[in-house]
This record gives sequence, C-alpha cells and structure tokens, in this order.
Amino acid sequence: MEILNFLHYSFIQRAFFAGSFVAIICSALGLFLVLRKMSLIGDGLSHVSFGAIALGLFFGIYPFYIAIPLVMLSSILILKISEKAKIYGDAAIGIVSAVGISGGVILASVSKGFNVDLFSYLFGNILAISTTEVILSVILSFVVLAVIYFFYWDLFSATFDEEYAKTTGIKTNFINILLTLLTAITVVLSVKMVGIMLVSALLILPAVTALQLVKGFKRAIIISSIVSLFSVILGISVSFFADLPAGATIVMINALFFGVAILYKKSV
Amino acid sequence: MNPIIEAKNLSVNYGQTEALKNVSLMVEQGDFIGLAGPNGAGKTTLVKAILGLLPVLSGKIELFGIEKEKFNDWGKIGYLPQKLSTINALFPATVDEVVTLGLLSQKKIPRRIGFSDRKRANEILQELGIDNLKKKMLSELSGGQQQKVLLARALVSNPQVLIFDEPSTALDPESREFFFQLIQRLNKQKGITVILITHDTSYIGQYANKLLYVDKSLVYFGKFSDFCRDQKMNSYFGEYEQHIICHQHN
Repeated sequence: MEILNFLHYSFIQRAFFAGSFVAIICSALGLFLVLRKMSLIGDGLSHVSFGAIALGLFFGIYPFYIAIPLVMLSSILILKISEKAKIYGDAAIGIVSAVGISGGVILASVSKGFNVDLFSYLFGNILAISTTEVILSVILSFVVLAVIYFFYWDLFSATFDEEYAKTTGIKTNFINILLTLLTAITVVLSVKMVGIMLVSALLILPAVTALQLVKGFKRAIIISSIVSLFSVILGISVSFFADLPAGATIVMINALFFGVAILYKKSV
Repeated sequence: MNPIIEAKNLSVNYGQTEALKNVSLMVEQGDFIGLAGPNGAGKTTLVKAILGLLPVLSGKIELFGIEKEKFNDWGKIGYLPQKLSTINALFPATVDEVVTLGLLSQKKIPRRIGFSDRKRANEILQELGIDNLKKKMLSELSGGQQQKVLLARALVSNPQVLIFDEPSTALDPESREFFFQLIQRLNKQKGITVILITHDTSYIGQYANKLLYVDKSLVYFGKFSDFCRDQKMNSYFGEYEQHIICHQHN
C-alpha cells in the first residue's frame, strides 16, 4: 500500500519506536497518579524540566542529562515540602513548578543565545527525535516498566488504601518516593514527544479513558496502555499527512478517545 | 495464656495535643475485647499505634512477643478500618482484587499473587456468602456489602488477631447482627482474638468477654463480669451507665 510508504522514513520509525515506549509508561503510571489525585504532578515536573533544559543549554550539556537527575530531585522535593511544611501536595507542586519555570526564564534571558532551542521544548517534536534520544527513551522505559512490574502489588495496594497497605507491611513512604521518581523520568522522556505544555495530558487522558471503560485495576492498566499506544501511532501518522504538530495531534486524539469513552459509557 | 499484644505505658500525641496517656494492657489469645470510650477518647488512636500507623510518644508495644519495630509477620493481624473514607470511590478494583490485597502481608518483594492465592480469596468470599460479587467493583456495592468485602480482605490471610474499628457504622440492624455473630463464631470456633472498637456500649457485652474502656487514659480493662461488680466503675460511670453497659451481657 502506497500510503504506508511513510513508514520507510527513518525519522518516522524512530518516532514510532520511542513514542510507543513512552506512551506505555505514561499510561501505566498515569493510572496510579490519577487515582491518587496526583495528576498535576506531571504538569509541575514538566515545568521543572523547562528550567533544567535551560540549565543544560546554558552550560552546553546535553539537556536530558541535566533534566533527568534534576527533575527526579524536584519530585522528591515536592514530597518533602508537603511533608515538612505540612501543606497540600498541589501547593508543593505549584511552588516547585514556579521555581522551575522562573529559573528557565532567567537563564534564557541571561544567555540570550539559546531561546529558539529552549522554546522548541515547549511543544516538543517527536519527529525530530535523535537516535541517542531513542536509545535513552527505550532504556529508561524498560527501567520504569521493570520497576512497575516488580512493585505492582505494592503500588496497587498503596494507591487503593495507603493506611491498610501499611498494616500489611508495605513501606508506603518508599512506594510514594518510587512513584514520583518514575514520574520524573517519564515526564522528561515525554517532553521530547509532546512538549512541556502537554506532558500531563499523556499521563491523564489514557488513564481517565480506561476508567470509563473497564472494571478491574489490571484491565484498566491494559486498556490505558492500548489507548495511549494507539493515540501516539495515530497521532504521528495524522501529523505527518496533515502537516500538523505531532505532540498536539497526539493529545487531541487522546482527548477524542476520552470523549468516545464517555459517550460509550453513557450508552450502556 | 500467651500475650498476643502487650502495651506498656503507651502515650501518643497529635502535635501538642495529648491523645493517649500511659496506657498499659495485655491482650491474650482467644480474647474478645470490646474497646469503648466516648468520642475522641483515643480508641482509634490506640489501635493505630498498635498497628504502627501512628508514631508513639513513649512506651513500648510487643506483638506476639516481638517488639513492634522488629515485628514483620503482619499476616497474623487482620484489620478492618472504620470506614471507606481513605478509599477512592472511583477506584476500578474488583472485589477479588481487593480481597487478594490481604494476602500481601505474607509475600516477600517482589510480591506476586498466584493461582492458590486467588483460590484462597474465592474460598473466603464463599464463606462470607459474597462470591457472586467477586467481579463487581467495590464502588458498585452497598455499604454492608463493602464492609463484608473488607472483612474478607482482613480474614484472607488467616489472621490470629482481628481488629475492627466501629465495623457496624454502615450496617443495617440485620447485617449488624450477622456481622457480630460471624465475629463471635470466628472467636469461639477458630480461637481468633478480637479487638472491636465501638462507641455503643449497650450491646457489646453480648459478644465480648473483656471490656477495655479508654478516655485519653485507661479507665478499665478486664472481664465484663468484673466490670459490672466494680464499685470504682460504679462511681466513675454512675449506676445507670454501668447498668446500660452490663445489662445485655450473657
């Protein structure tokens, strides 16, 4: 089929390959975050990644090498601020997020040389993903998936009823830290795909779509992953043929699936 | 008798506020303890301190003869919390998934749920007469059904102690009766030790053999029958209140 010729382009292959992995980790983690009412941590951490990428560009270091550890550190900071200052998690996310954005803007203003580079990260472009970024995405996605598999029941129990989970000997503080660290890695990987502004959509939309459709936690993770995967593949394809920005197209298709799921749920 | 739970001079604070002061008690195997007291008296605080859900200001807790900090055999203790407030109502978990969470205390990391675990969950659902609900979501069930599911989660690990925090709150009188008879049966036939928190002291004497009454500190801990004859309790509660607590005791 002629229409499938676009699959021969190496940039499309890279986009599909890296995008599929990132889609799956976003959807799996997103379900835990949505059910814990922590959806906006993705938004907050993506803002931190703006500052971290700016720092990388400022010092001439590959941005992701700076962004991954810095965003992971910030995710711990969010937990610690809400714990030590006894404020709600959303306020802690707001604080860290604002500091991240402000840092990025100040660095961009001081350097005056990398504004174009920095602002390209706001909306991402998976079609411009490099081979190094693909390798990084795949390796880190495997790490995230392995940790989810290893701690699946601990994550499930602590998300369902944290207090009860403690009475079964699950170290819920450790599980909470683990979840935010995995989210930090996932957010940085997603920035290249959909951009800083839209990362949280990748975490939230597949999860809430699955929650409309299925009974059972395991099924919800599976459906969420399928929805996310289809959205990315369809989004990249549509963006190629219609000459639209890939990240925004992926998010719009995700939103479309969510709308269909709501209509389906109402009809049954 | 072996002490199952032992607390020595236990004090718990919420910030600067004193929640429990100097409570000492010893729970023995086979006890059915009614834990009573007015609202805000520290009943739930005491249970949460025992379960390690709250930090202790001072004092010592031993579970099955082991210091709580070193204790890791949590499958021996089944817990049924006060209400579902900590549980997200939209959570997609099915009944059988929820019940299997009770088995995690017996698993080492990486915890895995296998065929025999699912079979065990099914058995306990059958025992409680709710196996027909196993593929339903918890949020679809009535308050009484949800309470039974959480009881199944507490029972699935074959615990030696069951701790209930006001279990009858969501139940109608008929379900409450069923529930209490079931707990009594588990206590009498299987020898499971029971600690049951209640603010309603008027019926607990029908089931429990010991009364633990707290009001920020320990007011009374001992046999129901002794409580009813205790002159000190008579002057503490007054004759009418003491009679109300005692009169249904068999």
